[in-house]
Amino acid sequence: MAEDMKKVYARTKAVKESGNSFCPGCMHSTVHKLIGEAAEELGMLDKLVRVEGVGCCGLGQLYVTHDWLIAAHGRAGAVATGVKRSSPDSLVYTYQGDGDLAAIGLAETMSAANRGENITVIFVNNGIYGMTGGQMAPTTLIGMKATTAPAGRNAEEHGYPMHVSEILNQLTAPKMIVRTAVDTPQNVMKTRKYIKKAFQNQIEGKGYSIVEIVTSCPTNWGLGPIESLDFLREKMFAEYPLGEFRMND
Amino acid sequence: MAERVFMKGCEAIAEAATRAGCRFFAGYPITPQNEIPEYFARRMPEVGGTFVQGESEVASVNMLYGAVATGIRAMSSSSSCGISLYSEGVSYMAAARCPAVYVNVQRGGPGIGAIQPAQQDYLQATKASGNGGFKMIVLAPSTVQECVDMTYEAFDLAERDENPVLVLTDGVMGTMMEPVILPPMKSDAEVAEIRAKQAHRAVIGHAIGDQHTCEPGGIGDGWEKHNIETAAMYNTWDKDVRVEEFMMDDAEIVLAAYGISARISKVIVKELRKEGIKAGLIRPITVSPFPYDTFAKLDPAKVKGILDVEMSIPAQMRFDIDHAICGRIPVKECLRSGGQLLTNDQVMAGARELIKEVL
Repeated sequence: MAEDMKKVYARTKAVKESGNSFCPGCMHSTVHKLIGEAAEELGMLDKLVRVEGVGCCGLGQLYVTHDWLIAAHGRAGAVATGVKRSSPDSLVYTYQGDGDLAAIGLAETMSAANRGENITVIFVNNGIYGMTGGQMAPTTLIGMKATTAPAGRNAEEHGYPMHVSEILNQLTAPKMIVRTAVDTPQNVMKTRKYIKKAFQNQIEGKGYSIVEIVTSCPTNWGLGPIESLDFLREKMFAEYPLGEFRMND
Repeated sequence: MAERVFMKGCEAIAEAATRAGCRFFAGYPITPQNEIPEYFARRMPEVGGTFVQGESEVASVNMLYGAVATGIRAMSSSSSCGISLYSEGVSYMAAARCPAVYVNVQRGGPGIGAIQPAQQDYLQATKASGNGGFKMIVLAPSTVQECVDMTYEAFDLAERDENPVLVLTDGVMGTMMEPVILPPMKSDAEVAEIRAKQAHRAVIGHAIGDQHTCEPGGIGDGWEKHNIETAAMYNTWDKDVRVEEFMMDDAEIVLAAYGISARISKVIVKELRKEGIKAGLIRPITVSPFPYDTFAKLDPAKVKGILDVEMSIPAQMRFDIDHAICGRIPVKECLRSGGQLLTNDQVMAGARELIKEVL
């Protein structure tokens, strides 16, 4: 490297250089990068423990370089409780999709939040089951087609999309509840800041923080990556407005 | 120092676990084992441990999984229909080689069944405590003292094999009081030393390049290798078989029972001996691994009949007895279930019926 050049950006050490196996246009890899960068900035990469959900989020196990354990589908909130209570110095985060966190794991999600467990929850909401091939999730939009709702979700039969952050915001214990995205450089920066803040809360013993990230799923939405971004901004953000529900400082 | 006290089974189990160095307990209320979580709720803060009341059995067993993954000694308990909800977490822990200890204080079933004692989870406990065909050492105490000793030892067995261990007891032993000698309390230094020995598998955060993981499954073709390794580990358990043979030297009539049923059966064996009938008892102490050899070696020329005594209808341990006996000796059953207790009179009547038929 020439003497007048200095390195201003490097790949996070939290993920492998060999790359990942997420679909083209998927945003999981960006979120992984931000988790790694946030932990690195805090000097906590060697304390980081990932409690991984089941679904596409489970592909992360092939990709990350830090400690992890795999929870049963939906149970990450409970498993992370066991980890954090037994190893308080660890920096514990769950990584869960919407099927995992908002359907099968709703009890564990709500209860961990209600206890104010000192953990960080990374909730990746793309409105559909990815790994299993595009089934309807609690977060699927009205009219959105899924393999188990071939005519599209309808409110009469399936009810309405579930707003997890708004529901959690009814609880007293959580310290931080935000909904964000990684579709633009600005949003990427903002999400990194949120994840870092959520980790900081945990390090300072403040309690439960959740970062909901609204993402796309080009494969199961049946859209190209660019069209997916349009759908994300027009439809998903309309149903799931981005913002800070709670930022207890 | 060992210490003699008068304690209820459930509380004795919790105290024994604490003395063994257990520093995490998660559980959910269900009769007849509530005294275990209640005792831990008081006891854990005294020793710097953690008690969490889970929002369900499903959550509790998964909290246990998370705790054990960090290398700490951790435990949970439930009863029958609650234990059904443990299946998921127990299977995950068996897959991920997590040395967890849990207790089933059995009640009547199936379904929500009855809150009174039963032995209706034998097959679930010994053959399929979850999906995937894993096995566990299952200890079946028949006194409060054994509840204490087996719980204390269960952690060592679990860590030796990196596999869950189940203490299979019932609502009689869980709720009755007996004098027990408590094992020594492990010091903080000993507890730390025990945990340090688990450092090789502890998922607590490590430097990049020293990644620790807890894997209850595999992506790719490596998972069969895992199953071959655990199967090889199960095959080392012949040395762990424990069985009590009571008055068996010249026995012609054999009662076979575990846990509380064995205790009742022992009384009947003594009564029959007073009458000059050569009765004996085989009591599996480990119901998994099962003492097949003890039954297989019975000589049909000497032993005329076996009475399987269980608090389960239909019989469940009978399958293991039949597997060892292969029809060489007549087997009859003496059963109650659904929360109804066996009585001395009923077991005696069952024995007399067998004697009438075979002697």
